[in-house]
Amino acid sequence: MLEIEDLSVAYGAVRALDGVGITVERGGITAVLGANGAGKTTLLRTISGLHPARSGRIAWDKKDLTGLAPDRIARGGVAHVPEGGGVITELTVDENLRLGALWRRDRADRAAARREMYELFPALEERSAKPASTLSGGERQMLAIGRALMSRPSLLLLDEPSLGLAPLITARIMGILRDLRASTGLTVVLVEQNAHSALSIADRGYVLALGRVVAVDTAAELLADDGLRHAYLGF
Amino acid sequence: MQDFFDLTLGGISAGAVYAALGLALVIIYRATRVVNFAQPALALISTYLAYSVTKATGSYWLGFAVAIVAGTLLGVATERLLIRPLRHRSELSSIIVTLGLLLVLQAVAGMIWSNEPLAFPYAFDFRGRFSANDLFVVLVVVAIAALVLVVFKYTPLGLRMRAAAFAPEVARTLGVRVGLMLTAGWGLAAAVGSLAGLLATPPFLFPNVLDGVFVYALTAAVLGGLDNPLGTIAGGFVLGVGLSYVSGYFGPEMVTIAALAILVVVLTLRPSGLFGRAKVRRV
Amino acid sequence: MSVRTEPPEVLVAAEKKRRTMPPLLVHALAALGAFAVVVLLTLVTDEFTNLRLATIGYYLVAVAGLTLLTGLTGQVSLGHGAFMFIGAYTVALLVKHVPSFPLWADLLLAAAAGGLAGLLAGAAAARLRGPYLAGATLALAVGLPALTRKFPDFLGGSNGLNFTVHSRPAGVGVPELRWQTWIVWLSVLLALVLVVNIVRGRLGRDFRAVRDDEVAAALSGIAVGRTKILAFLVSAVCGGLAGGLQAFLLGTAAPGSFTPALSLSLLAAVVLGGLGSLWGALWGAVALVYFQAWSEDLADVLHLNTDVANNLPLAVYGVILIVVVLAFPRGIQGGFRKLRGLLRRPAEKKENHENH
Repeated sequence: MLEIEDLSVAYGAVRALDGVGITVERGGITAVLGANGAGKTTLLRTISGLHPARSGRIAWDKKDLTGLAPDRIARGGVAHVPEGGGVITELTVDENLRLGALWRRDRADRAAARREMYELFPALEERSAKPASTLSGGERQMLAIGRALMSRPSLLLLDEPSLGLAPLITARIMGILRDLRASTGLTVVLVEQNAHSALSIADRGYVLALGRVVAVDTAAELLADDGLRHAYLGF
Repeated sequence: MQDFFDLTLGGISAGAVYAALGLALVIIYRATRVVNFAQPALALISTYLAYSVTKATGSYWLGFAVAIVAGTLLGVATERLLIRPLRHRSELSSIIVTLGLLLVLQAVAGMIWSNEPLAFPYAFDFRGRFSANDLFVVLVVVAIAALVLVVFKYTPLGLRMRAAAFAPEVARTLGVRVGLMLTAGWGLAAAVGSLAGLLATPPFLFPNVLDGVFVYALTAAVLGGLDNPLGTIAGGFVLGVGLSYVSGYFGPEMVTIAALAILVVVLTLRPSGLFGRAKVRRV
Repeated sequence: MSVRTEPPEVLVAAEKKRRTMPPLLVHALAALGAFAVVVLLTLVTDEFTNLRLATIGYYLVAVAGLTLLTGLTGQVSLGHGAFMFIGAYTVALLVKHVPSFPLWADLLLAAAAGGLAGLLAGAAAARLRGPYLAGATLALAVGLPALTRKFPDFLGGSNGLNFTVHSRPAGVGVPELRWQTWIVWLSVLLALVLVVNIVRGRLGRDFRAVRDDEVAAALSGIAVGRTKILAFLVSAVCGGLAGGLQAFLLGTAAPGSFTPALSLSLLAAVVLGGLGSLWGALWGAVALVYFQAWSEDLADVLHLNTDVANNLPLAVYGVILIVVVLAFPRGIQGGFRKLRGLLRRPAEKKENHENH
């Protein structure tokens, strides 16, 4: 279970997150929504350790993550796919994938994971020896998610996975996430500006505005709440 | 024709040294985007340590081994103590800090071992047009270069090091200990640099002995592109041969100026080196 | 919320005040004052200190030139010693081969020769940045003095050229060294007046713009390449003059004085004084001379052996570079500015209280 208590984060003098509290049950898919600048990306970056918290607490599976180095958090089973994917363009597709699991000791499992990713994303297998710079936007996103899944994470943080992607591909990715949740109990925190697509697969949603949580509810309720949608979600 | 042949052979073995030192510079530049102006000084101290060990024990190879180990440690210490604190500061800061280290280490060498030239042995017989020593130099540099390239391209460690260099933040979220990788890169580079120092120094060791070699190594690294190890190695050999011709036909005093001329011409035509990749900034 | 604005009359009055004294005049008067101070100093100190004063003088103009290039325009140059080399040898060769030339002509030509080299270097280096530029200028510093071995007869080889200059007109009852010190400082101050004018003027602003962001500077209409070349030109003129003055003072020009270590020491002086500050150039020059002097004294007092003594100044410069970058990036002048800032704040607080 992911527990975030009273989290405050700042960039210099600017408050990006102010007293944010979030809980995500194991195996849940939670959407974090809001307009640009609401603090969604900052939230993910703070969970994965890339940015320090000024105050508050983050715990995953009862383990305190606050203040830990990002590589330790990653090795604790937390995978973060940043906005745009964060694919390393100087490396090949295969190298990007392998990088995702290097910290795991079990070589056989690493090889198995790689095979699974190629099955999930056949387009990647075609290009496995090519530099990642030759991939299209959608393929890069798939590579980024595949890379994140290589480490068999228990918590997956996704920052705008559908940005710039064709709806068909987005639907595929969402389908894969649902399947993974069913088969492995993967917990997903999904940040999206495209609230509609996120809420269509999430169980619950949090809405952020100017660094604060302004609404928490089940996905169905949020979709149905017209006032909220107009005010914070733009549709 | 005899002359030309001799010059070519001499150039190949000199070029091997430039290639090795250039490789050291490129490894560090790829890892931390810093040009290590202190590299010749790290190699210098290692070589002086080899000298002392060899003098005390009579074994060249023991000194050789000590030099490589010492060089590695010096590289690691430099990265942790001087370069790490500056990683968020400007490029100029790290250039100046490594220059400061260069001055300090060269001065310390002079203080401990005096500024007088000391006789430093060759690894093997150095007589003849292409001596046993020349062959050793070329073979060892090619072997080490191949080893480094293999490590980078085909091992998990190399993959982590490349990831840490290209995209440190993303690498962290994938469980890579980026700081450790950077330190390892510096250690590896300094070891290669110490090797170059041992090969370049004979017959005489004195605090400024590696100045010229450093300039040529830097030229080779720039020619090949500061982030291109293979290009740098090739550049080293080509430069070695080219400068050998300059020395033979125009005199040894003209060699550094020739290197400067080559540097300027190549960079004017291709500001990121012959094989380098320019970082394009979109406005 | 109250907002306080300056009453317009105050602004107009301030502008009027600035118009009465053109900057060139102000600087010239300041230089005259400084010269008077130097003359006074030479009169009250011994010959040894006079030599040190003179040395500070030519180092000052060299460091000022490098400050302009590296501190102000952001071009890392490790080859400044090469311009001093050119200036020194120009003076030596002129004195030896054309003794009829007056001294001021020799010095002018030394500065011009430096400038020409700077023009060439700047043109060659215009497309180089950061470490590439540093490497190329280092190659210049290492390679140029080697030419003395190529032309040993003309350039005197490793021993260099030795000569004597009689600059003091007969009848002036001042010791030779003191007179030389005055000549050095006169030239230095003249050069500095020009440099300060450039720095405070339009070109100075262009320099800083190029340093801060080349792309932005180009977009705002500055000819970046030309600006960099001009920076090299002016800094090399300073370097050439400095070298010429050194040769004049010491009566010799030898390759051993122009090692890469000299270029690095000059850079150390720029960084220590405060990158980009002309006052910093003064602190840096003083530091260069006095660290050398103090390490010599220290070596005597501690009975350090010659190896340690000879290498101590360079070790000190290296440590300075490291410590300043890590702990005091703004150098000495930055420290002074901070001090002034600290002193000004209580004064402002007092003013605010009084105005309420």
